[in-house]
Amino acid sequence: MLLKPSNDDICVISYHIGKIIVAVSLCLVLPILTAFVFNEHAPILDFVISLGFSLSLGFLLIILFKTDKELHWMHGMVIVSLSWLILAVLAAIPLYLSGHWHSFLDAVFDAMSGYATTGLTLAQDLDHLSMSHQMWRHLTMFIGGQGVIIVALSFLAAGTGGAFKIYVGEARDEKILPNAIQTAKFIWMISISYLILGTLILGLMAIWEGIAPLRAFFHGAWIFMAAFDTGGFAPQSQNILYYHSFLFEIGTILMMILGIINFKLHFSLWTGNRREIWRDIEMISLTSTILISFFFVAVGLAKAGVYPQAVALFRKGFYHLISGHTGTGYMTLYASQFMQNWTPLALVSLIVAMGLGGAMCSTTGGIKALRIGLVFKAFIQDVRKLMYPESAVLIEKFHHIKDLILEDRQVRSAALIFLAYLGLYLFGAIAGMAYGYPFLESLFESTSAAANVGLSCGITTISMPVVLKLTYIFQMWIGRLEFVAVFTLAGFIIAFFRGK
Amino acid sequence: MGTDKDGLFLKHRLAQIVVLVTGFWLLVSVCYAQSISSTALIKNAKQYDGKTVVYQGEIIGDVMVRGDFVWINLFDGENAIGIWLKKAALPKIKHVGGYHRKGDVLEIEGVFHSSCLEHGGDLDMHAGRIQIIQEGYLTPESLNPAKMVWAKIFSLTVLLLLAVMLIQNSIFRWKKR
Repeated sequence: MLLKPSNDDICVISYHIGKIIVAVSLCLVLPILTAFVFNEHAPILDFVISLGFSLSLGFLLIILFKTDKELHWMHGMVIVSLSWLILAVLAAIPLYLSGHWHSFLDAVFDAMSGYATTGLTLAQDLDHLSMSHQMWRHLTMFIGGQGVIIVALSFLAAGTGGAFKIYVGEARDEKILPNAIQTAKFIWMISISYLILGTLILGLMAIWEGIAPLRAFFHGAWIFMAAFDTGGFAPQSQNILYYHSFLFEIGTILMMILGIINFKLHFSLWTGNRREIWRDIEMISLTSTILISFFFVAVGLAKAGVYPQAVALFRKGFYHLISGHTGTGYMTLYASQFMQNWTPLALVSLIVAMGLGGAMCSTTGGIKALRIGLVFKAFIQDVRKLMYPESAVLIEKFHHIKDLILEDRQVRSAALIFLAYLGLYLFGAIAGMAYGYPFLESLFESTSAAANVGLSCGITTISMPVVLKLTYIFQMWIGRLEFVAVFTLAGFIIAFFRGK
Repeated sequence: MGTDKDGLFLKHRLAQIVVLVTGFWLLVSVCYAQSISSTALIKNAKQYDGKTVVYQGEIIGDVMVRGDFVWINLFDGENAIGIWLKKAALPKIKHVGGYHRKGDVLEIEGVFHSSCLEHGGDLDMHAGRIQIIQEGYLTPESLNPAKMVWAKIFSLTVLLLLAVMLIQNSIFRWKKR
C-alpha cells in the first residue's frame, strides 16, 4: 500500500528547502560586489531583486514550516531534487532581467546548465553582458560543481541534523571525513584553495597573452570556476577560442583534469599519500578510457585530414576529447565544425568519452570511472570463472582509496546506473530526432546535456523547440543528481496524490 | 612610316585602355567588395579556405598584443571571428565592445583559414587591409524605475520576514526550555 506523505513530511521537506534557498541565495552578494567594482549600476537592481525574492521565499518556507522533526532518507532525496529545480528557477531571475536571454525558459535553461555544470547556453550577445552577470553565470557553476547541498551544509552547519541524508541525495555517497558537515567544509577548503591558485595561474597567463590585468584576473577566476567544476561557461561567445592561446589551452586542460579527480583522492593527495593516484581504480579507468578514446579520435581526424599537423591535431582533437571526457565542454571550435570537419569515427569516440565522464564525488557528470572500472572488473571475473573449475572460489579485488573486494551488489548498482545513463542519452537523442535532427547530432547534444558536458554541435540555439529545451533541462537535472533523488521525488509525488 | 606611327599609336591606346579597365575593375572590386557574414564563412569554411575575403564586425573584448602581432575578435552580430594582424597595421581603436560599450566597427580584407596551420587549427583570418568604418560609442546605463520599485519591495519584505523569523526562533527556544 502506498502511504500518503504526512504533514510532518511536508514540513521537514519545505523547512530544509527554505534553508537551502537562503544559503545559496546569499551567494548573490558576490555579483553585487562585482557590479560595484566595475561601476555597473543597472545590474545591481537585477541582483537585489533576485536576492530579495529568493530570501523572501526561503524565509517564508522556514517560518511557515518550522519543525524540529528528524530527517529521513526519503526527505533527503526529495529535498535535494526539489531544491535543484527551485534554485535553477531562482538563479534564472537575474539572468532574465539582464535582457540577454530571449525568454525566462532560456534563462532557466542556462541556470540549470550552470548549476549542473553542463555549459550549454542560450545567452544572447554574451560579449556585451555585464561583468556582474558574468560573475553570476560562472558562480552557478562553482556552486553546482561542489553541490548546492555542500553550500547549504557549510553555511548552516549548526541546524542540520540529518546532514548526510541530504548530502547523499546530491550524488555524493562517499564521505571523505567522518561527518557530512566536515566533508562539506573540506570540499570547500580544497575548492577555494584551488580557486585562488587557478585564478592566479590563469590570470597571469591571460596577462601574458595581452589582456589587461583586472580583466585578466576576472577571466582567470571565471575560466577556473568553469574548468575545475567541469562546467564550460566562458565570458566570451567564442568560448576558449576567444583567447587564441595554446598556453591557455594547456592551462585549462590541467584545471579540467583536476576537476575530474575524486575529492577523496584529493584528500589523500593533500595528506601526502601521492601513491594513490597510480593505484586507484578510478584513475586507472580514467587514464585507459582517455587514451583509448583519444586514439580513435586521432585516427578519425587523421583520416579526414583536417588537422595535418600534430600540434593542430592535439589542440583540436585532444583538447575537445579532454573537454568532453571531463564533462567540461570548453570549445576552440565553432559548433557546426564538429559535423563539418569531424569524421563519424571521431565524433562517436567523442560522444562515448562524453558519456563516460570523470570520477565519483568530483564535479563531473556522466557514468563515472568507478562504475566503468567495476563493470569491467566483474566482466573479467566472469570470464575467469568460466576458465577455472566450478568449485573454485574467485575473489576479485580493486583499490579505491583502500583495498576492497568486488561484491555483486556493487556491480549491480554500478550496472544499473550505467544502464540508466545509456537510457537517458538515448531518450534525448530520440527527442532530437523527433524534431527532425539527424541521429548523430541528436545523440551528440543529448549525451552532452545528460552527462553535463556542454559541447554543442549546433542544436542548442534559441530557435530550438521548447520541448527540446525542456528535455535538455530535465536531462541536465537528472544526470547531475544521478537518478535516485529524482526517482524518489517522482515516487513522493505519486504517493502524495494516490497514497492513503 | 605612317603605318608604323599608327601602329604605335594604336598599341599605346590599347595599353591605356587595358590599364584603365584593369584600374577601374580593381577600384570597383575594392570599393564594392561584399563583406561576408561570419555564419557564411563558418558554414562554408572549406569553400572560403585560403581565399581573400572582406569581413566586417565590431571589435569586442580585448586587443591582445603578441609581439609584433595582435589578435582581435570581430563580432558581426552572429558570431565573432579571430583576426590576426601586424600590430603596426591596426588603426587606433577608440572603443572595444563590452557592457554598455559598442566597439568600433572594422572592415578587414584578409586571408580566411578554416583551420589555420599557423595557429593550431583555429578558424581565423589573417588581415591585410584593415580600416575603421564606424566609430564605437558608450551607451549610457539607465535605471529601470519598475525594477527600483521591486528592489525596494523585496528588500522591505526580507527585513520584515527576517524579524518574524528571529521572533519565531526566540519563542521556539523559550518553549523548548
